[in-house]
Amino acid sequence: MTDIKAEMDVLPGMDPRAHLLHVDELHVEFRTRDGVAKAVNGVNMWLRPGETLAVLGESGSGKSVTAQAIMGILDTPPAHVTGGRVLYRGVDLLKLSEADRRKVRANRIAMIFQDALSALNPVFTVGFQLAEMFRMHRGMSRRDAKARAIELLDQVRIPGARDRIHDYPHQFSGGMRQRVMIAMALALDPEILIADEPTTALDVTVQAQIMKLLAELQQQRNMGLILITHDMGVVADVADRISVMYAGRVVEEAPVHDIYSRPAHPYTKALLESIPRLDRKGRQLNVIPGLPPPLTDLPSGCSFHPRCAYAREICSRDEPPAYQIAPQRIASCHFVREVLGV
Amino acid sequence: MTRYIVRRLLQMVLTFFGATFVVYALMFANQDDPYQVLAGDRVVSDSQRAALNAQYHLDKGFFTQYWYYVKGLLTGDFGTSLTGRRIGDMLAEAWPITIKLTLLAIVISAVVAIAAGVFSAVRRGGIFDHVTLVLTLVVLAMPIVVLAPVAQLIFGVKLGWFPVTVTRDANLYQLLLPALVLGTLVVATELRVTRSSVAENLRADYVRTARAKGLSTRRVVGVHVLRNSLIPVITLIGVDLGVLMSGAIVTEGVFNIPGVGFNLFRGIRTEDGPVVVGFVSVLVIVFLVVNLIVDLLYAVLDPRIRYE
Repeated sequence: MTDIKAEMDVLPGMDPRAHLLHVDELHVEFRTRDGVAKAVNGVNMWLRPGETLAVLGESGSGKSVTAQAIMGILDTPPAHVTGGRVLYRGVDLLKLSEADRRKVRANRIAMIFQDALSALNPVFTVGFQLAEMFRMHRGMSRRDAKARAIELLDQVRIPGARDRIHDYPHQFSGGMRQRVMIAMALALDPEILIADEPTTALDVTVQAQIMKLLAELQQQRNMGLILITHDMGVVADVADRISVMYAGRVVEEAPVHDIYSRPAHPYTKALLESIPRLDRKGRQLNVIPGLPPPLTDLPSGCSFHPRCAYAREICSRDEPPAYQIAPQRIASCHFVREVLGV
Repeated sequence: MTRYIVRRLLQMVLTFFGATFVVYALMFANQDDPYQVLAGDRVVSDSQRAALNAQYHLDKGFFTQYWYYVKGLLTGDFGTSLTGRRIGDMLAEAWPITIKLTLLAIVISAVVAIAAGVFSAVRRGGIFDHVTLVLTLVVLAMPIVVLAPVAQLIFGVKLGWFPVTVTRDANLYQLLLPALVLGTLVVATELRVTRSSVAENLRADYVRTARAKGLSTRRVVGVHVLRNSLIPVITLIGVDLGVLMSGAIVTEGVFNIPGVGFNLFRGIRTEDGPVVVGFVSVLVIVFLVVNLIVDLLYAVLDPRIRYE
């Protein structure tokens, strides 16, 4: 069980004291016939063991692409990582050979996806897909792998695991299917779990159950969790820190409570104001005017300036640097002070 | 499941009688003077006609003749050909070699189509992809009535790589060239379907999951994608059996293979109604059974399909 991990530890440059995960100035672009779409433009983020980092943003803000670049499962072409580093314990994953990279996947960094029905293979039983992890990565026999698969389904609390491993994905309910995905991702005890909108396809009560399960499993294993979502409600309950992304950049990063009480970026502020709230019942909901910019043709300067209430001339000219406004607080806006109201 | 099979088998009985009726009617309408065709230039005397009529009932009306035929069929008797041979014996002699030929053609075309289809889907836009596209278009455009004699001439007569004709107890080597020719009928479409099916599945979400699981590309494509992609291909292969059966008529004629197609072709030429109806009836049964098997296989390949 530990043999492969032991082998992984001798990966050159691996430093147990380094950040669990550190994404440094990551750039990803999609080269298509219609032009180059700059999906990720210098993303920085880091993650400690046992911590939950929520990555928040609209569709197309580069959340999922960042996650897939970390995993190394982007379709190349059309996607190309054009710059930056993805450091796992000090090792730049982007420089590893495909064979080494594959060992990192699922063993060290695992991922679950939004729609478990399409994310699971429809023609194989759940047991086969779970057992495959142990057979391929650990060289276990079918029988042993099957026993482990049952254990895993028990751990994610699927009733009747012993019988249900013979079922196909479509025979499970949405929530149970997402539990299967979680079981699969956790099979090899990864240190980092990336959850890409894990509850978006589920109804609200099931969402809460899945989030609770994730939180419990994370605590048991002291696992770092990157939670990608556009649901501000989910984030508030579970996240330690939040990274807000817009047009392929992290525009604000802060501990969860700070961001809710005092957003430092106009975009974050606008996002928070656009959440329907009971105490503002009857009043018109604030919305952010306009649409996110096309990734093939990003605005000059700050990408948010065409939609920003604070925008001035400098915003369309100079890209704002990342201001460190407090320990663990970063915001990329020329008028940070104004937004914070200091 | 059992109910589904029973229902399909009952439908088959109806289809079978419908098909024999239509073929019988067509042969009846086509018949001019089969005794004369049989005799060639010689004169057929009235007493000879009377004797033959007593045996074959050709002077009777259509429905009476059909009635005699079905009566025989229900007792397992396919009747006798106008040349006096028992059609049951002819079938028993002809089928084995045709089965061998068709199976060989199916296997060759499926292996080539699936291997090349997967490869060109994985390397979309590559040289191999472009070359197979052009080749499949050429093969699709080439009718088998042209391809069979040309292949026989080039590879059999000129180059001498393969025997020109096939004997009754043919080995696989003798059947290889005819099977290749027959296989070209279906290989192009099967390849295109495999390619598009694999290409589509490569974009599926479960492929991303499989890669996130740290599986090798070989396993992702060879197990996860292939299994999903084969679903439409298997169905197509089942339907293609009909194409191969009709193609066998030409191929067996050209290569002189004494199989089903060969007998059928001769039966049509000599206006030998009982032979044609007998052979077509069995062809219909085979086609129906194979398609039932394919439909059942479909449920095995795709667990989301359940027959009620």
